[in-house]
Amino acid sequence: MLLSVQDIHVYYGAIHAVKGVSFDVDKGEIVTLIGANGAGKSTVLNTVSGLLHPRSGSILFQDESIVSVAPNKIVGRGLAQCPEGRRIFAQMTVEENLEMGAYTRPASSIEQNIAHVYDLFPRLKERRRQIGGTLSGGEQQMLAMGRALMSEPKLLMLDEPSMGLAPILVEQIFAIIDELHASGSTILLVEQNAQMALQVADRAYVMESGQITLSGTGSELLNSDSIKKAYLGG
Amino acid sequence: MKQTNTSIRIPMPVRYLINAALIVLLWFILSSLMRSGAITNYWTGIIIMIGINIILAVSLNVATGYLGQLPLGHAGFMAVGAYAGGIFMRAVPVQEFLRAGNAGASVPYILIALLISALTAGIFGLIIGIPALRLRGDYLAIITLGFGEIIRVVLTNIDSVLGFDFTFGSAGLKRIPKYSSFTLVFICVVLTCFIIHTVMKSRHGRAILSIRENEIASESVGVNTTYYKTFAFVLSAMLAGVAGCLYAGYIGSLYPSTFKFMKSIEILVMVVLGGMGSMLGSVLSATVLTVLPELLRSVADYRMVAYSLALVIMMIFRPKGLMGSYDFSLSHLLEKGLCAVRLLFGRKSSEKKGESRE
Ligand SMILES: Nc1ncnc2c1ncn2[C@@H]1O[C@H](COP(=O)(O)OP(=O)(O)O)[C@@H](O)[C@H]1O
Ligand SMILES: [Mg+2]
Repeated sequence: MLLSVQDIHVYYGAIHAVKGVSFDVDKGEIVTLIGANGAGKSTVLNTVSGLLHPRSGSILFQDESIVSVAPNKIVGRGLAQCPEGRRIFAQMTVEENLEMGAYTRPASSIEQNIAHVYDLFPRLKERRRQIGGTLSGGEQQMLAMGRALMSEPKLLMLDEPSMGLAPILVEQIFAIIDELHASGSTILLVEQNAQMALQVADRAYVMESGQITLSGTGSELLNSDSIKKAYLGG
Repeated sequence: MKQTNTSIRIPMPVRYLINAALIVLLWFILSSLMRSGAITNYWTGIIIMIGINIILAVSLNVATGYLGQLPLGHAGFMAVGAYAGGIFMRAVPVQEFLRAGNAGASVPYILIALLISALTAGIFGLIIGIPALRLRGDYLAIITLGFGEIIRVVLTNIDSVLGFDFTFGSAGLKRIPKYSSFTLVFICVVLTCFIIHTVMKSRHGRAILSIRENEIASESVGVNTTYYKTFAFVLSAMLAGVAGCLYAGYIGSLYPSTFKFMKSIEILVMVVLGGMGSMLGSVLSATVLTVLPELLRSVADYRMVAYSLALVIMMIFRPKGLMGSYDFSLSHLLEKGLCAVRLLFGRKSSEKKGESRE
């Protein structure tokens, strides 16, 4: 297992936001965590990336516990998070944003990785000198994903990459996720857009109020009646 | 022909040499004018105060402009540096050296004083920064304001509480040797700007800027945000301590009331007026805001009104400050000049180059 999360409980003060969640991600897989707003998906991701600490439970990355490792060290170990809501460096150019993504990597790796990101997102190449804050929403999402890729992650965690994007852009983003998958990347994808997420995912977990209520392969869940009713509109 | 404006690039070592030469030239001109009397003692004093204020402004700019926080206790760090340096210099025989005209013998003591000031202010920066930097925005402003005031109150009362002569309370720490010569202040200004410039151009500087732009994103790319916030804050405090030490050695007597909250605001005004995150802006506005009050002595009572007015006008017409976040370099200007020359005289050759590129 690349990532193995066992029975984590996460609190915000007295609020018990994640109540015993377990899941794992194998090398080369896309695993998705779907669920409604407030289900606790971001809390899980932030706990894995070290921004939050579980009160109990274990998180193993490459068979080593990362529960008490600092967030910046976790990135260095090859676990990159693309945070919710397109957190880009607004006053830096596109290229500077990408360079920041390679912060934990040796400078010699930058050139090659930037070329790789520009291959995936030709739009970013066109805008390489533009200030990040002036990009459109979709471009900012691409930039945030590209920046996360700059650290050559062994596991890429995406928090709602389709949030607030026009349908055509949502399709583009998912096409790129598919492409990353095909090239061997491992991805943990958090989404509210269950339809799209289940289509690209190998396996999926459904979260409801801090707990995992259902799991299976992407296609199993796509065809499950309860999922259809709750998340896919019939 | 647009590509010509980036076609001339002066290599890095040459840029440094040019800048160094220009700085030495400026020092030479100013100090010759002072020696010849063309710059009077009065104006020498003002120039020294400009230097001290430049250090205060560019150091505060590290925490506000580059790190993006709003600390309001910069005068507190200056006070710590001033008292640390002042107390040390009173305890060593520098006064006698200076009286005997033997300035050379006092140099090691001056260096030690600067170091002590920087370290003491840095330690206070660390003590205050660690809790304060867990907060942000208004809360950080309020807590640093509080700490700045605490420092001043402690300096006022520590003697009567502990029962010894240390700061001499509000009676003031007097008879500090006047070791802050123009040359010393000049060197400190240059070194301060150089240190900040070098840090900000480095990978550490990028990390600090990324926190200002978006702290969560910064964390997500692997920046140790707590470390860099503290680092920038402590650096800012240390340099303020150096400014304090120079101030002590220029004024010769220190009173806690000098380092009131308004002093912090004055420094902040310099940074905001110059443009947050622009070192050149801080340098320019520190200069203007030191000279103007002197020129306008007769209306000194209205200084605060003028400050507020200047700020309001600035917010309306140039909300990002005089220079925005723009920083220029002399060699950059030179490059532009060379390009212009080439455009005027060598149009044909550059046109050919342009074609061959296409
Ligand atoms: N900083 C916070 N403080 C207190 N409660 C929070 C905080 N962040 C999230 N929560 C609560 O935790 C629960 C899970 O939130 P979150 O993980 O953001 O859900 P999701 O990403 O699935 O929309 C929600 O009930 C939310 O209100
Ligand atoms: Mg969320």
